[in-house]
Amino acid sequence: MGIVFGVASVIAMLAIGEGASYEAQQQIKNLGSQNIILTSEKPTNTKTAGEQERSLVLEYGITYRDLDQIRATIPGVEIAVPGRRIKDFLWHQSLSVDATLLGTVPWYPEMRNRRLLKGRFFTQIEMKGRDPVCVINEELARKLFPLSSPVGKEIRLQRNYFRVVGIIETKASGADSDQLGGKGDATVKKPSGDESELPMEAMIPLSTLIDRFGEVLFKYRSGSFEAEKVDFHEVTIKIGDADQVVPAAEAIRHILKRNHEDVDYKMTVPLELLRRAERTKQIFNIVLGSIAAISLLVGGIGIMNIMLATVTERTREIGIRRAMGAKQRDIVMQFLIETILLSGAGGLIGVVVGMAVPLIIERFANMMTITQIWAPTLAFSISVLTGVIFGIYPAIRAAGMNPVDALRHE
Amino acid sequence: MSSLSPNRRPIIELRDVEKHYQMGSILVKALRGISLTVFEGDYISILGPSGCGKSTLLNILGCLDQPTIGDYLLEGKDVSELADDDLSKVRGKRLGFIFQSYNLIQQLSVVENIEVPLYYQGMPEAESHARAAHLADQVGLGDRLDHRPTELSGGQQQRVAIARALANDPAVILADEATGNLDSKSGGDILKIFDDLNTEGKTLIMITHDEEMAERTPRVIRLKDGEVGFDTMGEDGKAPPARKTEAAK
Repeated sequence: MGIVFGVASVIAMLAIGEGASYEAQQQIKNLGSQNIILTSEKPTNTKTAGEQERSLVLEYGITYRDLDQIRATIPGVEIAVPGRRIKDFLWHQSLSVDATLLGTVPWYPEMRNRRLLKGRFFTQIEMKGRDPVCVINEELARKLFPLSSPVGKEIRLQRNYFRVVGIIETKASGADSDQLGGKGDATVKKPSGDESELPMEAMIPLSTLIDRFGEVLFKYRSGSFEAEKVDFHEVTIKIGDADQVVPAAEAIRHILKRNHEDVDYKMTVPLELLRRAERTKQIFNIVLGSIAAISLLVGGIGIMNIMLATVTERTREIGIRRAMGAKQRDIVMQFLIETILLSGAGGLIGVVVGMAVPLIIERFANMMTITQIWAPTLAFSISVLTGVIFGIYPAIRAAGMNPVDALRHE
Repeated sequence: MSSLSPNRRPIIELRDVEKHYQMGSILVKALRGISLTVFEGDYISILGPSGCGKSTLLNILGCLDQPTIGDYLLEGKDVSELADDDLSKVRGKRLGFIFQSYNLIQQLSVVENIEVPLYYQGMPEAESHARAAHLADQVGLGDRLDHRPTELSGGQQQRVAIARALANDPAVILADEATGNLDSKSGGDILKIFDDLNTEGKTLIMITHDEEMAERTPRVIRLKDGEVGFDTMGEDGKAPPARKTEAAK
């Protein structure tokens, strides 16, 4: 029993651990491991509430000043992709979807590792010309254009029309979905798990966005009116040297702290996330590993007891075999093999259970798991090894019995 | 009838063998100097009241135990000081055991039980299986090869044990109260097999407390308090008196 649980938890541990780290890595890859992502957030504390009321315009987030300072002080900053976002309804004919309009630069997809599925991204020229073009993500394309191809068609936001030039793949996790910090690392849901979680995005040149919507954004939603001034909703900074990412992040953190009275921004460093994910995985492994170790120990002791009982029960047989010319070694081998068979059978059941557990977890907890071939192999070998370790004592005891006494037993 | 010539080859020689046991603080001398020679083809009964050292003697003869003092030569080779593994080898190759309680391995079939000594000799399975089947046939159990010991009567079980004892073609067969658990008829059958084996030239040593059975064997040794009290062979190595065969019944 203990062997079963021990082996099962070893396999489950490895599968979940692998899955989690794969997911984390995948996510980091999406964000770009050399990137530092800054996002603006509406401040939650009310220190400046009075000011807000006076100016009517909510001012927060990452500013041009921040970006200039970062560019000036931090060596190795390669590219910074500023982005601004407007959340509103996007229309195509009579269809409307609540989506995010993202103003960004032409090299955004390359930096964030996002693939274009159709058409193209907007160009430098379009950026300069403040052209009303946009690239929408796959999810939005599905919702707005259920039947036709969106490329070349137009979508509308408020009174502005944008021509769709391309479709970009949808990525659930990333700094552009506001959940990254909270859900962060290993526990992020499987990309295909929950459809409602997928963000709808349309990307337009940043210049176009500023041109059309101005520096201050007005929102009319459900009857209420809201104005806010945000220079950038999102900034992605690429650090040239991977080793410099963490120190650079420290420096940026420092600059932002100085410039912002309130914490109206959030910093995401994929590399740090990766570290954190690895740390979580480690803790998780330690916990499951201890469970496995204890189970195997208990199971091993159980097996040892069974074997000791068996040896006592079969004392006679041992005596007979000894009289028939069995050496001590022969007896040791016999009982050792029996113990190994026993623990091996337990291990086999454990393998089956252990393979099932990740599947169940995947189904109900929406977590990704990866069971590699070597995991059950390793676990099974451990069970056999347990058999050997805990079988040796009973076997030696069996072999050490005096044949005369053994024959007379009972 | 086996040859009774006194210059037959000696198989077993015991010289002043003593066996001591430590029982708590008391030293028990189970055997106090036994000297004994068993020749090839001998058919011996060892008699004596319980506690006289019969079983101890059998254990030593069977290489299951070693003498405290004295030498034991089996086929001219001193086995009184052999290491455990070598003793196992001797038991496996040169000795056959038959016990009062048959001592078959319950979870093995008839043929597998007979194969046990051959298995430890490292004989290939096909060969040992054929030999075991042949021996089972010899003791009249050729049609029960795959039965378990529990499915057999006492007499049949003992016959399996005899086949097993014969499997490795031993120099000596040691029987410990072989008929003790059997009714007189099956006991008689077993003894008949022993007689036949001796006629074929096998050396048999039987331990018993049954006087009647002792009358079948040409040579009788009586033990008394750990010593040889009486040996029909005599000290001078004279031939034992002629065996009382079927007439004894």
